[in-house]
Amino acid sequence: MSTPERLLLASWLLIATAAQAAGPGLGKPLSAADIAALPRSVFPDGRGLAAGRGTVSDGKVIYDAQCTSCHGIAGRGGSGGHLISDGKLTGADPDPAVNTYWPYATTLWDFTRRAMPMTAPGSLSVDETYAVTAYLLHLSGLIEADGVLDEQSLPKVRMPNRDGFDWIDAKRH
Amino acid sequence: MSEGDETSASGLLDRRLFLRRGLRWSAAIAAAPSIAIAADIPSDPTRTPGQPFSNYGQPSPQEKATIRWISANRAVAGNGVSWTPLHDLEGIITPSGLHFERHHNGVPQIDAEAHRLSVHGLVQRPLSFTIEALKRYPQRSRIGFVECGGNSNSSWNLEPLQTRAGYLHGLASNSEWTGVPLSIVLDEAGVDPAARWLVLEASDAIGMNMSLPLAKARKDCLLALYQNGERLRPEQGYPLRLIVPGWEGVLNVKWLSRIELTTEPVMSRNETSRYTELQPDGRARQFTFVMDVKSLITSPSPGHLLNEKGLYEIRGLAWSGRGKIKRVEVSADAGKTWKPAALQGPVLPMSFTRFRIPWRWDGAAATLQSRAVDDTGAVQPTRAALVAKRGRAGYFHYNAIVSWQVSEDGELSHVYA
Repeated sequence: MSTPERLLLASWLLIATAAQAAGPGLGKPLSAADIAALPRSVFPDGRGLAAGRGTVSDGKVIYDAQCTSCHGIAGRGGSGGHLISDGKLTGADPDPAVNTYWPYATTLWDFTRRAMPMTAPGSLSVDETYAVTAYLLHLSGLIEADGVLDEQSLPKVRMPNRDGFDWIDAKRH
Repeated sequence: MSEGDETSASGLLDRRLFLRRGLRWSAAIAAAPSIAIAADIPSDPTRTPGQPFSNYGQPSPQEKATIRWISANRAVAGNGVSWTPLHDLEGIITPSGLHFERHHNGVPQIDAEAHRLSVHGLVQRPLSFTIEALKRYPQRSRIGFVECGGNSNSSWNLEPLQTRAGYLHGLASNSEWTGVPLSIVLDEAGVDPAARWLVLEASDAIGMNMSLPLAKARKDCLLALYQNGERLRPEQGYPLRLIVPGWEGVLNVKWLSRIELTTEPVMSRNETSRYTELQPDGRARQFTFVMDVKSLITSPSPGHLLNEKGLYEIRGLAWSGRGKIKRVEVSADAGKTWKPAALQGPVLPMSFTRFRIPWRWDGAAATLQSRAVDDTGAVQPTRAALVAKRGRAGYFHYNAIVSWQVSEDGELSHVYA
């Protein structure tokens, strides 16, 4: 064993000892299969996205059936707020919406997948989630009408306001 | 010392006055809406046996107007808030049943025996914890506030909203929280040196997920199992929530089920498109975690009535996510002159602090304000200064001075002053 390896092992042992001193150590190990069964975090670079695909045209059908009651036709507004805006982020009446404000397209997929529709969260399949996301990104002017989204192309969609955020109480690394 | 020396022109008296003398009080501040007293109250309670025991006590039926005020989405009843009635409460502890709520899709019903907390990602030992296991860990208690980042948001409006103080500023509540220091569980899992963030996730119907810097998680966060001595209420996260002292409410994830250690924030919906503040230049403030220094007068406040001239106690709450409250000053003349209020102990960091100051109302119109300073030197700003700095579109993190106008009739209203 090399010296760095010995140091590393020693530090791990120290950490383990400290944990035993502080708590009873009742955590049960999670296997790789256990972890694979947990909900996934979806990051802006696409890590965590489920494999699948959906088209803008399929997304419009799903949106019209399941989303208009709260978000209006073509995302123009309802009890759940509008998703698409012609407005700006500056001026007397700024209008943040998905197309004008959201920094990452992956967030749209992830929130739709975990939370929408609110009457039946989690009921959209992976492909349906890609389709609805594709439709909203089309309404945002970021995908063509015949466009398709999958786990490779979604993180490559650059939202217009991606760099519009300043971190206040956290540091970028 | 003569009374003239103690009284400012605005009628504010020395904060120690009540301690020095037995002053005669004016009739108590009346609540404007009168509550019909239940018909079955005996005329003489000493001449009839009292009520039997109860398994779980309830407030007097005569106090049934002291409620959380619910404002929910008309299409999704579980998406909205309920406000703590700060104007009806005293001391610094919010009763658990009156602690504010912010739910994004209802209060989940969770089987505590089946519930697990998973800790994984950049750790040496991914682990799962039952609630029973967490109960065996060393417990710590802290008294502190939880405040929604969106508290007081109507005060960004051009016109002051007329409602009770708690329904303007009561997305803030204060409890004793008890649970396991998060650092113990993180150490047991063995955090990888590359980790910088935690992604916290809930078992609710939006799968609430939020990113928290590792340094804060290690510093003072609690895996809370108890609120005010009893197990968490369902609407406060039963069976497990995180308490993140002094930081915005949404990070205090309720119904906590998963913690993933990562190098970067996950950029969830509620840390990008919500809980960020759009500024006049079109840029947005993100990860605005700390709740800044704030105070308000809870009594008298709109809905209360001063029914005669005379001596009143001005009472309020102050808090800061940066530390302890150092000083609260009160003005009865719209900020022209200020007098220090008495801080009632305990004065705890990142906790509600109760302040009091006697005031002699002479029957003239007056504007009451409070201004808090914390032990980092941060001063609660005027509304004009806050709006000049941040614009009005940011929605979150409103902490400006609150103004109540007293009319010659003794009625109170919300004004911008």
